[in-house]
Amino acid sequence: MMKRDECLKILNQHRGDNAIVVAVYNAGFDWRRISQSPLNYYTVGAMGQGSSHALGIALAMPHYKVIVLDGDGSLLMNLGSLVTVAAAAPPNYYHFVCENGDYEANGSHPIPGRGTVSFAGHARAAGYPHTFEFDALDKFEAEIGGLLTLKGPVFATLKIVIGEKSPHDFAFANSIETHRQFAAAIDEVLAREGR
Amino acid sequence: MGEIVLSGRDIIGALKAARIEYVVALPDATMSEHVLWPLAKTNDFKLVRVCKEDEGVSICAGLTSCRKRAALLMQYTGFLDSINAIRAIAVELALPICMLVGMLSKEPGVPVVRSKLYSVRIVEPILGALGVDHFCMEGPDDVKMLPAAIDRAYARSLPLAALVGHRVTP
Repeated sequence: MMKRDECLKILNQHRGDNAIVVAVYNAGFDWRRISQSPLNYYTVGAMGQGSSHALGIALAMPHYKVIVLDGDGSLLMNLGSLVTVAAAAPPNYYHFVCENGDYEANGSHPIPGRGTVSFAGHARAAGYPHTFEFDALDKFEAEIGGLLTLKGPVFATLKIVIGEKSPHDFAFANSIETHRQFAAAIDEVLAREGR
Repeated sequence: MGEIVLSGRDIIGALKAARIEYVVALPDATMSEHVLWPLAKTNDFKLVRVCKEDEGVSICAGLTSCRKRAALLMQYTGFLDSINAIRAIAVELALPICMLVGMLSKEPGVPVVRSKLYSVRIVEPILGALGVDHFCMEGPDDVKMLPAAIDRAYARSLPLAALVGHRVTP
């Protein structure tokens, strides 16, 4: 098992300047501590929707990597999105699911199928051409660079435990201002590109 | 009351006039044959077929956050199923999520709130409670209002629901 924040710190080393990161709930709270960027897009409040927000962004921004930091409980609420994403087949879409087996934000009750369900298996069956599972930090560190060069959609389960705790700032993640800051950053990107 | 006929060509024309680039959809019986199928066969729109309507709300949110115009086509049952996503994403984040909602089985020409069907009658009060701007399309004059309504949704950054009052003809 990997500590989530240690795992995300390694991912951040490979993020590059232009990747857009869509992050949900606790993965999002950790990500905000680790990788502050105007191209971070947080989504809470309608649980399970991160993968779908990210699909819209990936379609709109085909020249930018879009990295999704999903949760296991979240993805269970929107499993159909795996099929939708695979069918749309955005080549710039990288879907990471932090699997700790718990509804961490709601009292750490176990998810249905904890320890049995295979998220990478679901993604593979849905049609993702590349699927991975990582449960060791050294292996993740060795492979993440190559994974991010693959043509998407790419899916990776990160088998994690909670690391250093991050502030749960739901008001920040769920605010119009935060969302508008992201849109303004996209405007700057589009202006730079003359679009 | 004006003519009670909805033309698929008019609705597609209205989406083009509103500069909609992406259509996100689940098949809905009122729009399936004369809106969604023709639209799927042209290159005028990029079509994203979804498994569930709340996905569509979020996909449209991602697109509009990156300045792409999108419309979500669905049946009213999908709208009812997506209320939390509409509340959290379209309403609370004030995003121009533009929805065309097919009112399957509503009696043509009968106001939505006076339908004999409970499931149809409750749609407008729910939209009202959510504070979502909405209107019902029953005839060609209503469809003419669609481009301006979509433009207004984007200008004000607020969601819109255009209810499709009955089965669409060619």
